[in-house]
Amino acid sequence: MLHYVMRRLGGAVPTLFIIIAGAFFMMRLAPGGPFARERRVPPEVEANLMKAYHLDEPLWQQFLRYLNGLLHGDFGPSFKYKDFAVADLIFGGFPVSLQLGGIAIALALVIGVTLGIWAALRQNSWIDYASMSVSMVGIAVPNFVVAPILTLVIGLQLQLLPVGGWGRPSHYVLPVIALCLPQIAAIARLTRASMIEVLSSNYVRTARAKGLPARLTISRHAIRAAILPVVSYLGPAIAGIITGSVVVEQIFSIPGIGRYFVQGSLNRDYTLVMGVTVFYGALVILCNLIADLLYGVLDPKVRYD
Amino acid sequence: MSLMKRNVLLSALTAATLILASTAAQAEMVLHRGNGAEPETMDPQKSTGVTEANIQYEIFEGLTTYSPDGEVVPGMAEKWDVSDDGKTYTFHLRDAKWSNGDPVTAEDFVYSFQRLVDPAIAADYAPIADPILNAEQIRKGEEKDLTKLGVKAVDAKTFEVTLARPAPYFLGLIRHNTFLPVHKATVEKFGQDWTKPGNMVGNGAFTMESWTPQASMALAKSPSYYDAANVKLDKIVYYPTEDISEEFKRYRAGELHITYEVPSDQIKFIEANMKDEYEAKPYLGTYYYVVNGTREAGSKKEVREALALAIDREAIAEKVTGGSFLPGYSWVPPGMIGYKTQYVSFKDMPKQQRIAKAKELLAAAGYGPDNPLNMEILYNTSENHKKIAIAVQSMWKAIGVNATLNNQEWQVYLDTRDEKQFDVARAGWIGDFADPVTFLDLFLSDAGVRNDAGYNNPEYDKLVKNSFGIGDPETRLASLQRAEQIFLNDLPIIPILTYKTKHMVSKKVQGWAYNNLDFHLGRYMSVQ
Amino acid sequence: MSVADITLGTAPEVKGRSLWADARHRFLRNKAAVTSLVIFCIIALACFLAPHLGLRAPDDINWELESWGPPNLELGYLLGTDANNRDLFVRLLYGGQVSLLVGFTATLVSLVIGVIWGATAGFIGGRVDGFMMRIVDILYSIPFIFFVIMLTVVFGRHITLIYIAIGAVSWLDMARIVRGQTISIRRREYIEAAEASGVSKWRIITRHVIPNCMGPVVVYVTLTVPNVILIESFISFLGMGVQEPDSSWGTLISEAAVVMEIAPWAIIGTGSMLAITLLSLNFIGDGMRDALDPRDR
Repeated sequence: MLHYVMRRLGGAVPTLFIIIAGAFFMMRLAPGGPFARERRVPPEVEANLMKAYHLDEPLWQQFLRYLNGLLHGDFGPSFKYKDFAVADLIFGGFPVSLQLGGIAIALALVIGVTLGIWAALRQNSWIDYASMSVSMVGIAVPNFVVAPILTLVIGLQLQLLPVGGWGRPSHYVLPVIALCLPQIAAIARLTRASMIEVLSSNYVRTARAKGLPARLTISRHAIRAAILPVVSYLGPAIAGIITGSVVVEQIFSIPGIGRYFVQGSLNRDYTLVMGVTVFYGALVILCNLIADLLYGVLDPKVRYD
Repeated sequence: MSLMKRNVLLSALTAATLILASTAAQAEMVLHRGNGAEPETMDPQKSTGVTEANIQYEIFEGLTTYSPDGEVVPGMAEKWDVSDDGKTYTFHLRDAKWSNGDPVTAEDFVYSFQRLVDPAIAADYAPIADPILNAEQIRKGEEKDLTKLGVKAVDAKTFEVTLARPAPYFLGLIRHNTFLPVHKATVEKFGQDWTKPGNMVGNGAFTMESWTPQASMALAKSPSYYDAANVKLDKIVYYPTEDISEEFKRYRAGELHITYEVPSDQIKFIEANMKDEYEAKPYLGTYYYVVNGTREAGSKKEVREALALAIDREAIAEKVTGGSFLPGYSWVPPGMIGYKTQYVSFKDMPKQQRIAKAKELLAAAGYGPDNPLNMEILYNTSENHKKIAIAVQSMWKAIGVNATLNNQEWQVYLDTRDEKQFDVARAGWIGDFADPVTFLDLFLSDAGVRNDAGYNNPEYDKLVKNSFGIGDPETRLASLQRAEQIFLNDLPIIPILTYKTKHMVSKKVQGWAYNNLDFHLGRYMSVQ
Repeated sequence: MSVADITLGTAPEVKGRSLWADARHRFLRNKAAVTSLVIFCIIALACFLAPHLGLRAPDDINWELESWGPPNLELGYLLGTDANNRDLFVRLLYGGQVSLLVGFTATLVSLVIGVIWGATAGFIGGRVDGFMMRIVDILYSIPFIFFVIMLTVVFGRHITLIYIAIGAVSWLDMARIVRGQTISIRRREYIEAAEASGVSKWRIITRHVIPNCMGPVVVYVTLTVPNVILIESFISFLGMGVQEPDSSWGTLISEAAVVMEIAPWAIIGTGSMLAITLLSLNFIGDGMRDALDPRDR
């Protein structure tokens, strides 16, 4: 097991390198640059800017410079937010996104799995149809509709919670709801499907035939097997959720890092995009590793050799 | 019994919070302001946008500054003398202090002005200093010696600027936020981090208390400000508000006192429900379509005029933007003091006649039903740009022009525009200061990429450039008026709308006044 | 009638009733699924036949009306007007063409690549698995938005690019899920038996592994279609999706969401069109899953 983890982590290094190189060179192919604006800067000013940020060097040299910085833990300065280093922005925003995303995913997991198992046990009953229809609506109604409805109804008309902002516990509620609705839906549906599968499998039937009470069969055998697809769904999903959502962050004015993915790309803020990409890449690798390890714990048939 | 107890407890608690809340309200007067986007930098010389300027004017004060209604009023300079040739300005500084207690001196201004043109700082806005002696040479790297810039500290309280050419608008120009003074020792001590709360030293009415990127920036009243006695606010909190419809909701929920923008879709609702909180007044900006003069169709004057004639500006201003813009018939927007607004020739022509004339002109240029004119409208992603482009498309259809729409993401759009890979492109320009020159020098034939129409008319160039040397304001403005008349006759661009400043201002706010540069300093405001 | 007759009579029937015929039979018995199929067909037909229904053009601006005006049955504006005084209902039908095409093309791409990739990686395991999943990891870790910008830059801007871009990212989830399933299926006795008797790997994957993954895969497909439609709207929102005057459900809904207070009918109309479509797709998917499940007779 430890050997397996070490091997996977060792394997992550070349993966990360490819991600860095890919993102670095892809980005430079995009038209526009970090200093293009509505009021075009005169060529000599642009040259000064390029020089100040080492953009006048050959590309490979810039790449080596970046890698070297990275090895020393330096993500470089942000081109757009000139007063901040990329690391300031990422490590300032990540705790916020992590908190929100963590609460949302935990909530989604509890509600989604419960809903899915419940629906599977009462397959084709009204409970099944109702919970699946509701969860489908959770998927069908996009974030950018749910969030404005929440702010309008709960924030503005009922005045129960603040419309936007950050700092107090009450600021968490609406964004968490907006973030976890689609996750609940996805998790519930995956759980239901694999639960139905598991319930009709031989070993569950055998356990039942042997006279094991239904409750025990389900809690001891079925659930364990049924959440396997959820685990492999959650691996990458968690990385996505804890790095924030641009829509939710923008609508509720939350200082997370989700919007840097979009803003960085749109502004051609090269270092910021690289920073969030590297950070995100590392998180994805880590989450996938954890998901795979969990898989082994939950499914005795899988061995790490 | 227990229920009663609980009720008593509850009411006691409520009372306690109420008392706490009211004492807090008495103790602190806080203004909450929406500010569009996250500011890119708090370093005045490095900044580019209105978002940054709004906050910097609270933290710093220049030689001259804004009155509530936008007049040029003394700032750090108590008074000034201008030489007879209009080339030397001598500013006499008042006794003012930086927020760390140091006196504000002429040396501070020398340092800050030099910083603006220093190639090592690479300020985007460096060209704004071009009227100052040697500024252009220094920023271009032709002159390496920063001290050759035409600025001088005669003594600690006297600051002298020598210009390369007379610029009657100079006192307004130096109000631009890139001319704000910075504290040399602080900048040198902290480097890039000097703008962080705790490090930052300013000379304005407020100081930076906290800054959480993408969330808020809190400013606190500065006790060392020379006019602190008249500053009523204890605190101003600026919020980045990128989503304007959510900003509006936060305003309605009472979380903001002043908004940065007003969503045009909501204007009907606003006029029905909260009309007296809605502030929409003319702004010094023009919304226009650039015609690419380097392409065949765009190079024909008949075509450009026909396209301009076919646009129903009143319909766009009223129906499409909900009255959040004004119909625009000029390049230099109305409202420049002393300047007579110039208009396109067809301003007062009835709609039917305009369309008939447009068709005639198109036919004269060789376009008609057998040979329709195809035009692509380039615009960047934005709800308003999209709506306006769709409307223009249908208006051009009426004169037989097949227009297609091309929406590009901002950076791609800028690139396409700079490469001149468009037929017609949407653009906008907001004046940096209240003088026609900030509009007219854009289309000089040697203005480089900024002249995106590729306009080249020697007569126009001559009139605009001559005005640089004229010291007498009236003669100078007359020369510029003639230039704009030529420009509007050639129509390298099609003016469509004049911008309005749009804000929701709570009735609790006192001291807010309209001005067409749209800067509203916290030192004049209070909250009830 | 003799016993021999019965055997003779039923044998050809059992033989002729293939897995698919059997599945169809079971699908048709599922009322929810059949109703959904009918509803979905009506919506799809209305969208794709819209140009022939005698409606007004989707880019027809009526300057006499207000923007976001209420439904006006007299003039035939069933859902009122959009921001540019155009017929919202007509735009919804035309937008449906784009959304449905994007939804199905991209889902198909993700289904084909994802299932084959995931099953192969999970089944073969070892180094091959490590290598294939590393490619998935790499693609996962590159911000999606940047991928889209790159595509539009290199190939110019075209609607097919959206299909490719979305398909190219959504197969990743599919691959992971199928791989997870495969790993657990692979250890089952019947696979080991097949391996022992010398059946080729490719054949085991296609005949045993993939069919046994179908349950979660079909469910995931019903998650992918809505997701793809939403991704499309996000791309359009950033200015890289469909060009005006074309539209899509995602763009129409995101525009209507902003004005939900002044024009509630707009968000209700556009939103329910999307929701009904996705719900019926979901019931169709569930019906298909049940019909295809060999154990669920």
